Parts: sequence; structure tokens; C-alpha cells
Amino acid sequence: MASVTITNVQKNYGAMNVLSAVDLSIADGEFVVLVGPSGCGKSTLLRMIAGLEEISAGEIRIGERVVNDVAPKDRDIAMVFQSYALYPHMDVASNMGFSLLLRKTAKDLVFDRVGAAAKRLGLDLFLQRLPRQLSGGQRQRVAMGRAIVRDPQVFLFDEPLSNLDAKLRVHMRTEIKALHQQLKTTSVYVTHDQVEAMTMADRIVVMHDGVIQQVGTPLELYDHPANLFVAGFIGSPGMNFLPAVVNRSGATVEAQLGDGQTIALNAKLPIEDGERITLGIRPENIEVGSSDALEVKIQVIEPLGLSTQFYTTLADVQVCIYAMGRTDRKPGDTMRIGIRASDVHVFNPATGQRIDPAA
Amino acid sequence: MIAGRSRKARILGSIGLYGAVAAYVIFALFPLFWTLKISVTPQSLLYSEGITLWPSSATWENYKTVLRATDFPRYFLNSVIVSVITAVLVTVIASAAGYAMSRFSFRGKTTVAVTLLLTQTFPLVMVIPPIYRIMGELGLTNSLTGLIIIYTAFNIAFATFLMQSFFDGIPKDLEEAAMIDGCSRSQALRRVIIPLTLPGMGATLGFVFTAAWSELLFALMLISSDSQKTFAVGLLTFIGKFAVDWGQMMAASVLALIPACLFFGFLQRYLVTGLTAGAVKG
Repeated sequence: MASVTITNVQKNYGAMNVLSAVDLSIADGEFVVLVGPSGCGKSTLLRMIAGLEEISAGEIRIGERVVNDVAPKDRDIAMVFQSYALYPHMDVASNMGFSLLLRKTAKDLVFDRVGAAAKRLGLDLFLQRLPRQLSGGQRQRVAMGRAIVRDPQVFLFDEPLSNLDAKLRVHMRTEIKALHQQLKTTSVYVTHDQVEAMTMADRIVVMHDGVIQQVGTPLELYDHPANLFVAGFIGSPGMNFLPAVVNRSGATVEAQLGDGQTIALNAKLPIEDGERITLGIRPENIEVGSSDALEVKIQVIEPLGLSTQFYTTLADVQVCIYAMGRTDRKPGDTMRIGIRASDVHVFNPATGQRIDPAA
Repeated sequence: MIAGRSRKARILGSIGLYGAVAAYVIFALFPLFWTLKISVTPQSLLYSEGITLWPSSATWENYKTVLRATDFPRYFLNSVIVSVITAVLVTVIASAAGYAMSRFSFRGKTTVAVTLLLTQTFPLVMVIPPIYRIMGELGLTNSLTGLIIIYTAFNIAFATFLMQSFFDGIPKDLEEAAMIDGCSRSQALRRVIIPLTLPGMGATLGFVFTAAWSELLFALMLISSDSQKTFAVGLLTFIGKFAVDWGQMMAASVLALIPACLFFGFLQRYLVTGLTAGAVKG
């Protein structure tokens, strides 16, 4: 096991800049998830750690060793591909033992390691099958097995669950996490699914347009998104964004919405009277039936059993409200909602950056 | 089957389909059957019996004459030598070239591809005089080596594109997985890619073998002595000044079909597609 240190790494394809100056330290044994929309550079970064893409500038270290010019086979890493990339002409046992045999490991040791990994993954009855004779979930397990028999320094996962159906995906998510808790191997996991990122990661790296937006634990990102992109990307249903103008009079600060209604803000926010801001409010932070409140008309109700989602508009912007429990309200009803000042995230609409209250 | 159609319509549909396939197969195979029929027809019955599906008495006489009294076995051997060597050479070279075209980007890649394509656009007849001239200077006229060189050169372009498409069909992930598992690029090629490309190589081998086996134009132009003739040229020796010996010619033709049949029979198991099924998601 080893740490991974990425220093000022860039990737250019000709004149096109795919990754610009990425810095990231991954601690030994940590499970880090790279997340972002497609084309954000997360897979490129992972492939650079694997040695499958050249590094245009900067430095990647695995442990103490700079690996910029080390061939993939000598980096002591294992990778699980989105497509699984199982060797179609080899049975499950050969697929899993291939890397050990290439390293001239003794036959009976290979047999033991493959057997142990297969048992752990519930594949012991399938060792003689070819990949085409397996279901999608089983193939995914073989791909995992091929990685764990290696006992590598680092595991790399490139969207390993995106080809599975929803139910199996949730199941494998838990299995991968449990596996990591047992093996404690440093892992880098790429996904575009923020739920996967939130549930699995020790730390999440949110990427957009080749730039790291924010690095932090799942709840740090959820509670203190650094900018509008992270705020909108993390969380489901997503954060509501409302444009507003600051009303500062004496000790009170309010945000005035387009329709004239106001929301109280933390007075310590470093914002001027008349300044334009963007408010970010999570759906679950809107209180339904609050007395001192804004009035909205319900458009759509989505009952989820445990909770209810209301869709409405506030100053002509669609707003989602997430309330626990069930409701007797009907679409078309009006209701009162309240928002606490401490639950409102404030962003600069021009730069997209978060504005934090002065300490 | 499409749901909701009546049983009767389905049966009629099947009859129509199989009827059409049968008609096509008969149309395609009839000339072969006719070759076989004439090859076993005695000379005396050839013109006297009228048009019949099978002669009233069959004979192996034509085969005996062809094998014992003509140079045909020699032509036959020449054809085997030329076709097998050409097929192997082309497959090896085209596989290497196709892999490079599929996996690497290198300077001049487009130029190479366009040039290869361009060689396919000339009618062969047009290039015969210069080729004859070149081969003459090199002392390669009237030699099997000369034929092998020309056949190889002319088949490589198409075979390269064919092999490239087979390599393109193998996911890049497989190679990358192998390289992470501990293979160098050449090991990944040998242990993962080549086993999966065998059907493609089989198809290329078969295609080039057949092309070389039945080639007439260059063989006719470049070969003059009996000892170097391939069977395609040899067949023409059955056409005399005053008569054509149809029976012997057809017997020789049937014999010439045998290696091609054997060859494809042997290759058949490599030609089955779907070997890569299960490599990636499904």
C-alpha cells in the first residue's frame, strides 16, 4: 500500500487543455472518489495514475517513487475497467491469475490466491467458466477479483458499476466499500454518480472542465460547497438556486427575491447593500407550514412514502422542497414555508464562489 | 417471429424464405455440378447424348489421364506453393500493418492509408507492362518467386484494411488491462490480442489463398515454361488448336477445387464470429 501524490499535473491533447495544474494528495489506505460530469478529466487523471496516458507536465508519485516514466506493468497497481475488460478466451481462474502467472509466481500459490479471492467474491463455482457464460454482475466480480489477487499498492476503479442495473449497483457499492474496509488498499475511484461518491468516499474530489473544484469529505462538500458547481452537483434532489439582491439596514441583512419577498441572512456575511447574490437552499432546509414565512403555490407533489417532495416556484424560479412524512395537501394549494438564515448558502453570481460569514 | 401473425402466415413465410435460399443455392452451385458431370462423362457420350443431368455411364478415365498423362500434377503443386506462401506472407504482413493502423497514431498514417487505397484503384491490365519490364530486369519472369512477390504486393492493401477492422473490433481496454496486469505491449499482443484475432487472420488467409489460387492474368503473362505454370494457366493447355478436351479440363477443374475446399474446411472453426463476446459488458 502506498500514498499517491499528484503535483501540478497537466494533460494537453495538442492545443487542447484537458487537465490544468491538478494537485492532489491521497493518503495511504484512503478511498478517494473523483467525481464530475463526463468530459471533466476525471478518467484522464485516473489513466495517468495507471500509466495509460502520458503526463504532459507535472509529477505523479506512488509512495516515494516518481512514476511519470514507469510502464503500467511496473507501477504495481490494479485497475477495474468500466467494460470489465475480461480476457474472453480465458476462463475465470485464468483471468484472475493472469497477472500472477506473468510475474512467475509459483503455480500452487496462484491457485491459492485465486481460490481465496474467488471465495471472497462468491465466484468459487464459476472458476472454469468463460466470461461470456457469466452474468453482468458476475463479470464485474471477476474484474474485482483480478484486481484483488494482485495485492497491489493502489486500486484504480474507472466507473466500475455503471454497466450494472440499479439494484445490483447499490449492492456492489456496499461490497466494494466492505472490501476496502478489509483490505485497506489505497483506492482511487472514478464515477459521474454523486450518490456513489457520497456513499463510498473517504474524500471526494469534484472536478469540472479539467479543474479540481473542491476536495473534502462527503459531508464537508455537502455542508460547505466551495462554489455553485459543487453546490449543484452534490446532493439529490439538487440544491435550489435563487437570484437575489442584498438589503442591509442596520444590524439586519435580507435577501430580496425578484418578486419582492425577503429571506433573512446571517448578518456577518461580508456583502454590501444592493449587491447581487445567488442563494443556495437545500430542499430539506425549507420548512413547510412555518409561520413567519413566504407563501408558495404547490405545483407537483411526489410522495416517496418516507418523505414527500413538493415542486413550486419562488420568484419565477422552480424550487424543490423535501419534507419528511406524508401530506394531505393537493397541487394548487398554497402553503407557507420558512428558511433559516443559517441554512442559506450565499454565492457570488459572477465568480460562482461561496461567500462565508466573517468569523 | 413477429407476434400476432397467424400460424398459416408464418408457415407460408418460412416456405418462401427457404424456397428463395434453395433457389439461390441451386443457382450458385449448378455450374459446379455441371463441371463435375462433364468430368465423369466419357468422351464418346459428350456430344451424342444431348443435355442430360447425368450421363448414362460415368467414368474416371478423364481423371486418370489428367493425373498420369499430363503436366497437371506439376501445375497443381506450383499453385499450392504459390498460394500457401502468398497467403502466409500477406497475413503476417497485413496483421502487423493492420495492428499499427488500428492502435498507433504516427506521422504519415493518412498518407499510408491513402496510398494503400490508391493501389486498389488501378485496373490490373494497366500495370502489366511496367511490371513485366521490372520483373524482367530482376530475372523474376517465369519464376514462382516472381509470382509470389506480385501476389503478395497486390493483396496486402486489402488485407491490411481487413485486419485493421478486426483489430478495431477488439476493445482497447483489453490491451490496457493486460498491460496493467504485467504485460509489455508485445506480450499483450501475443497473449491477448492475437488469440482474439485468429478468426480475422483465418479470414484473411482464406481470402488471399483463394485470390492467389485462381489468379490467371499475371500467371499467364509472366510464366512461359511448363515447369513453372500454375493450374489456372495449365487449364488452358486443354484447349488445343482444333479441339477443346472438355472432359479432361473439367476433371482438372474439379481436382483444383479440392485444396480450396480443404483449406476452408480447416479454417472454418477460426471463422466463427463471436469469440470476443463476453469481453466487455453484455
